[in-house]
Amino acid sequence: MAVIKVGIADLNVAAYPDTITTLGLGSCVGVTLYDSTTKIAGLAHVMLPSTELSKTAVVNKAKFADSALPELVDRMLKKGAVARRIKAKMAGGAQMFQFKDSTGQKSIGDRNIEACKMALRKLGIPLVAEDVGGNYGRTIELFTETGMLEVRAISKDIKHI
Amino acid sequence: MGDLIKDMAAFHLDVLKEISNIGSGHAATALSQMLGKRVDMQVSRVMPMPFDEITEYVGGAENLITSVFLRFEGDITGNMFFIVDKEDAESLVQDLAGIQVEGDFCEMSLSVLQEVGNILSGSYLTALADFTAMEMKPTVPSLAIDMAGALLSYGLTEIGKSSDYAIMIDAEIQAEGMGHVRKDGKKGKTGHFFLLPDPESFEKVFLALGVHQYGGH
Repeated sequence: MAVIKVGIADLNVAAYPDTITTLGLGSCVGVTLYDSTTKIAGLAHVMLPSTELSKTAVVNKAKFADSALPELVDRMLKKGAVARRIKAKMAGGAQMFQFKDSTGQKSIGDRNIEACKMALRKLGIPLVAEDVGGNYGRTIELFTETGMLEVRAISKDIKHI
Repeated sequence: MGDLIKDMAAFHLDVLKEISNIGSGHAATALSQMLGKRVDMQVSRVMPMPFDEITEYVGGAENLITSVFLRFEGDITGNMFFIVDKEDAESLVQDLAGIQVEGDFCEMSLSVLQEVGNILSGSYLTALADFTAMEMKPTVPSLAIDMAGALLSYGLTEIGKSSDYAIMIDAEIQAEGMGHVRKDGKKGKTGHFFLLPDPESFEKVFLALGVHQYGGH
């Protein structure tokens, strides 16, 4: 059994018995996808909401919500997952620093959460659980046997969603 | 097309190192005055790094750090972090305010840390602005204590629009003796300043210092 690590602005897939994890999500959102029959899972560590924000010609798909999720689904299908069985869970999208002079603009965390939900809707993937927002960092690990997502934060109880 | 950040010329990296030394020199003096102790500064390290290596560099994405974050606007724009690990932050609070921290920081110790971060990052940025003759207006700094990955990645989002790399401009200052011996064997309190200019700002800095011709980019 291996623990597959996904970095910042990165994505990967895993199959039972391996687990898949990403560490230290702040304003970034970790989206996990899971097909319970094949026990194939995917995880994307999304940093920004939309490829429209990209200033480069070549885009790292894993970095943006709107490009990361279709790419992740593709990778899972290639591994043998079936699209209509895929369900999503997500965590992250916190606001790590509080600013007194905030202009009322939505935080990058909130925008990431919204963009991930929008991308899932477009793909027709149901979001079955989430642990998002707040002002603290999270580490997540998806267990491929059950599709259970473990969310860990500093000085908080471990959550299973 | 190459990645401007990843492929920055060695000459330009040296220029950034010098700028960082000037900033951290001033911050070290400010800390020394506050503590009434000697504060040493290490020669700055400047290197292009992929985002994940940056969190490894500060002890891993889950490492608990204390960080003051601010953004600066003006002629050049970017983000700045002042980072100390939990033990060093406790020791700073003890030395500056006589507060013994057990477990979580109390309100008072948080405001001490916030204030230290404000003063030090302010003196770093003022020195930089003076040296480059460019305006750099800091926003009100904000303090947070959490996982390194969660805190640092916030400061990388702007850079993330242009690159998967950031130029890590790291200045380390270390207060004399009295502190604990750290896990890495070093003695005393160590603080890091990470300067993360927005990608568009590098050219402006080099232009202001008259070094934009070098390096072939």
